[in-house]
Amino acid sequence: MSESQKAFWDGVKAEIPLLIGVFPFGMIYGALALNAGLSNLASQMMSSIVFAGSAQFITTQLVSEAAPGFVIILTIAVVNLRHMLYSASLAPYLKHLSTKWKALLSYLLTDEAYAPSIIQYEKEGVKLHSHWFLLGAGLALWTNWQISTALGIFLGTRIPNNLQLDFALPLTFIAMVVPVLYVAPVLKKFAMISATLSAGIVALLAYNLPFRLGLILAALVGIIVGTLLEKSNSQEKQNG
Amino acid sequence: MDNIWLVMLIGGLITFGMRFSLIYLFGKFEIPETLKKALHYVPPAVLSALIFPELFIQDGTLNIQLTNFRLLAGIVAIITAWFTRNIMITILVGMAALFILNALGVN
Repeated sequence: MSESQKAFWDGVKAEIPLLIGVFPFGMIYGALALNAGLSNLASQMMSSIVFAGSAQFITTQLVSEAAPGFVIILTIAVVNLRHMLYSASLAPYLKHLSTKWKALLSYLLTDEAYAPSIIQYEKEGVKLHSHWFLLGAGLALWTNWQISTALGIFLGTRIPNNLQLDFALPLTFIAMVVPVLYVAPVLKKFAMISATLSAGIVALLAYNLPFRLGLILAALVGIIVGTLLEKSNSQEKQNG
Repeated sequence: MDNIWLVMLIGGLITFGMRFSLIYLFGKFEIPETLKKALHYVPPAVLSALIFPELFIQDGTLNIQLTNFRLLAGIVAIITAWFTRNIMITILVGMAALFILNALGVN
């Protein structure tokens, strides 16, 4: 197996637990889209044209409320703002790629493809074939999302009872973030843990903000807290 | 509602544009050191902002009682992740914790 194939399959493997968590959401989306009055084809195509879970859920809600098109578009834009953060975060690791590759990987850039990829890149640094990892993770999620949407459309409201499989999603994120905190160098550990906790607390406080704005606000607070603490820490070190 | 296809197409283009924006622009400008440092805090901050509501919010409200099984199972998973640093074990232990709590908790 070539290096690029290996990176690709590593990406697919890293994505598997997230697939389990996402699958029920895809099915629920498919059923909701039908209920909102979208055709089978439109319901399915939204999963490949927009390809963004939360935005699709909110869109079906707005469609069923007969909201005007520009409101739906604006909502999609605001809900997906957080992807700019992912874009910024991954950018240093993808800067050597051609525009075609950048475009392909951007299309596949969801919460669930971002998480394992950035964890991998921060751990291993940039290698020649790193981008294949994100491609593997992204394509695995994309395929899973299309299939689960189709199944949801097919089954409609006859979706099996909640097996709590969606809990695999936060569990996978926990399994990814905790080791990052564990292995952080002593000087950065306090900043890292503070960033994590402050982001989490703000996410709770801002939970009721519309358009998932709470998520962005929380992430920004966490990033600022971490950066400031790291700065003051390294200054103390220089002065002492 | 206007033409849903047009709405989806524009919504999709905007989404793609935001995902593409900084990946495309990076390297075309000088990035300040502080900003580069700040980017390393994106993963823990974002992941934690995704995790906390899943554990603490139940049916739309904050629940920090012992009846919140997702919170308890999440804490078990955090402890497991800290000591094993193994993704699969963490997920399995967390799921098992939730199933057991649900099974025991049925009145």
